[in-house]
Amino acid sequence: MTTLANTMTSGARELIAFRIGDQEFCVDIMSVREIRGWTPATPMPHTPGYMLGVINLRGAVLPIIDLAARLGMNPAEPTVRHVIIVAQSGQKIVGLLVEAVSDILSVTNDIIQPTPDVSSDFERTFARGVLAIDKRMICLIELDAVFPHQESEAA
Amino acid sequence: MDMNEIKEIFFQECEEQLAELESGLLRLNDGDRDPETVNAVFRAVHSIKGGAGAFGLDDLVSFAHVFETTLDCVRSNKLEPTQDVLKVMLKSADVLADLTNCARDGGSVDEARSKQLIRELEALAHGTPLPGAAEAPAKTVAKPAAAKPATAAPAPVAPNDEGFMPVAFSFDDFDPDAVPVEVPTFEISFKPNADLYRKGNEATLLLRDLSRLGEMSIHCDMDSLPSLDGLNPEDAYFSWKISLRTDKGEDAIRGVFEFAEWDCELAIAELAEGEQPEAVEGEAPMQAVPFDLSILDEEPEHPLGVVEEEEQIAAGEREAAVTALETASNVLNLASAAAKAADAKQAPANAASAQQAAAAGQTIRVDLDRVDRLINLVGELVINQAMLSQSVIENDANGTSSINMGLEELQQLTREIQDSVMAIRAQPVKPVFQRMARTVREIADITGKSVRLITEGENTEVDKTVIDKLAEPLTHMIRNAVDHGLEMPEKRIALGKNPEGTVRLTAKHRSGRIIIELADDGAGINRERVRQKAIDNDLIAADANLSDEEIDNLIFHAGFSTAEKVSDLSGRGVGMDVVKRSIQALGGRINISSKPGQGSVFTMSLPLTLAVLDGMVVTVASQTLVVPLTAIVETLQPDAASIHSFGATQRLISIRNSFCPLVDVGRILNFRATQANPVEGVALLVESEGGGQRALMVDAIQGQRQVVIKSLEANYTHVPGIAAATILGDGRVALILDVDAVVAASRGQPLRLESALSAVG
Repeated sequence: MTTLANTMTSGARELIAFRIGDQEFCVDIMSVREIRGWTPATPMPHTPGYMLGVINLRGAVLPIIDLAARLGMNPAEPTVRHVIIVAQSGQKIVGLLVEAVSDILSVTNDIIQPTPDVSSDFERTFARGVLAIDKRMICLIELDAVFPHQESEAA
Repeated sequence: MDMNEIKEIFFQECEEQLAELESGLLRLNDGDRDPETVNAVFRAVHSIKGGAGAFGLDDLVSFAHVFETTLDCVRSNKLEPTQDVLKVMLKSADVLADLTNCARDGGSVDEARSKQLIRELEALAHGTPLPGAAEAPAKTVAKPAAAKPATAAPAPVAPNDEGFMPVAFSFDDFDPDAVPVEVPTFEISFKPNADLYRKGNEATLLLRDLSRLGEMSIHCDMDSLPSLDGLNPEDAYFSWKISLRTDKGEDAIRGVFEFAEWDCELAIAELAEGEQPEAVEGEAPMQAVPFDLSILDEEPEHPLGVVEEEEQIAAGEREAAVTALETASNVLNLASAAAKAADAKQAPANAASAQQAAAAGQTIRVDLDRVDRLINLVGELVINQAMLSQSVIENDANGTSSINMGLEELQQLTREIQDSVMAIRAQPVKPVFQRMARTVREIADITGKSVRLITEGENTEVDKTVIDKLAEPLTHMIRNAVDHGLEMPEKRIALGKNPEGTVRLTAKHRSGRIIIELADDGAGINRERVRQKAIDNDLIAADANLSDEEIDNLIFHAGFSTAEKVSDLSGRGVGMDVVKRSIQALGGRINISSKPGQGSVFTMSLPLTLAVLDGMVVTVASQTLVVPLTAIVETLQPDAASIHSFGATQRLISIRNSFCPLVDVGRILNFRATQANPVEGVALLVESEGGGQRALMVDAIQGQRQVVIKSLEANYTHVPGIAAATILGDGRVALILDVDAVVAASRGQPLRLESALSAVG
């Protein structure tokens, strides 16, 4: 594990790690607003499959993304044990449905390894690097890429 | 805070000042002669000028300056605010608003118009009668143009054979500023208040600036300087009498004092040529002290040292100071001490009343986002409170009375909080109504009609979002009323009406909505012509039997314009249907009633806020949806006999012998794969944009409810077929149906390409 001295150096950052299926991912903790339990979402018409719908977050309408489906894995079947990571990108806030939050990591940029060169859309679009922590592999995800694109507004 | 923010604040203030200006001018127009009204108008222009100067907005400054000068004449009773004068001033206020907008948003103004107005304003300020205006010029004090008119005039020529009488004129008359051959002398009395020094102004510097304008002689009055032990080092004790010979005019002198004017007593008077100061001898109790001008050229540390900060200045109202006369060569300039004493008393009183007026109607500026956040939170509070009540009732059937009472009180409190928070966003419709006054003036000008706009209930409050969207349809309707509704003055006289047409704009609250009424006393709707036009445009059959009301409502049809002569104002054929649509987009309704020969009345009914909406809560494929109530014409329970298949997939429902397409909302929104059985559901008959009715099929109606509108776009993007979202009492999100989009989709237009124009704005 990292030491205090490590976090003091430049490039130190905290990541929040979570599980989807048997894989672990992480995002920068600074973009996470809160973590909350699963509540049923109101589905919206004509939206991509990974959009589960919208929920009420203290008066704001929060779209929920099934992160598993978004990353190209099998869609999740939400249960009460699932959690929603409320994350912010720019002015927009979305909820990411994941199975469980596993860890909070304090790392420096130098232990983030570049994404292995494999030929799939996944690592080109979403992955920003991998970390080896306690023999686990954790993939750092680019939140902006996960957020719903504005393509439907292009028309 | 960077420059742009400061500038933004300036423009916001400008808007307020412009509103103040216009309402003041309108009050004057209605015969109000309260000096405070004149002062308020003057202050508004002055503040705009001051701010514009700080930002280097030269166009704005120069126009505001001329305007201000003319207003000053009114303020000092040199110019009578007659109707003709006020007409020019109201137009000037419009141009000032244009210039302000230009300065903010870029773009250009009608320069010819502003130049013309500058000329008219200057003419007023100099007491020359308006071209064509028959009103007597006000009693002006110094009229250089009038004083020596014919210096360059050719000798009158005798009438020639054709009876043509050449009129002698002087070119000088065209430019009153250029006239004086002799350099006029101004007598200025300047008495700074302690505030002037506190704000960092410096009398010495002002005087030095003044000395640059021309030949100056100066006299410092130190009478009020107390003995050293009674002296307050932060007070002002000195005053000056200055005699200045300059050709730069009074404006230049005022310019020197521009930012000090409110903190001092300043009187400027121009001395007529050749007149002798009447008060020089005899009435001079104080010793005149010769004052060396070279002192002024030194930096603030001038010989007077400590005393400098305690200077006080005698001043007077300019009309009083006018009596004091002076010639330029006088080094010692003594004025009437008696007049001065009287003026000194009068001026502070004026300043006090001005401050009082400024203190009235205090407001704070709050970012709209903050208010919205508060509204969101309160909305959430209401929902939470409802959920809490429900769970208490569920868990404890008999309920201890103290808990129940507490909950009831909580409910009442949350309602009150919600109402008060909504009230924060509510604003009076006044600014929109004032803009309409301007529209009426402009159209009256163009059409050559004489129109009087009467506004009532302009303090009626409605949500800011509604106000913002109200201006456009209202402008259109006013144009229509003046352009098409009112007759030309000659025709009105022939009909025995007042040649001046009246347009009455009224706002009032009625049963939770705002009612805006626009009435004109014009010709009313020519039903015969409307009918003919509708037949010509294939809107109705030639033999259609329509009631008067139905004919009147034809004008709301697309592409309908009855004006025989298409004018560039309102005859573009996109008239009233656009108005109707934008009113509907606001969740409103519009009605017309018309009496031939007596005029028409348009009545608009609008929701008080766009943040809430009256909706019908329905179930579609086990989802809860909200349909805006304004879109629904009626609801009906279809029976099997009234459903008719039409082609492969279409079905029609017969309603009172007409067939209306059935639209399965669940299918359109892709909530289910196959069409539902219409007989098991409920049909909502809706009228959509572009006319035409559709029956929307839903599974069940849960009830009617007022819902708070939440944007989907805030965190996501526009969802086709959905206008917005809301949060129901159980805390879950429900989607608000975009009726127009659903209807359009049922016509075969793909839902995905539907524009973001939502039914609820």
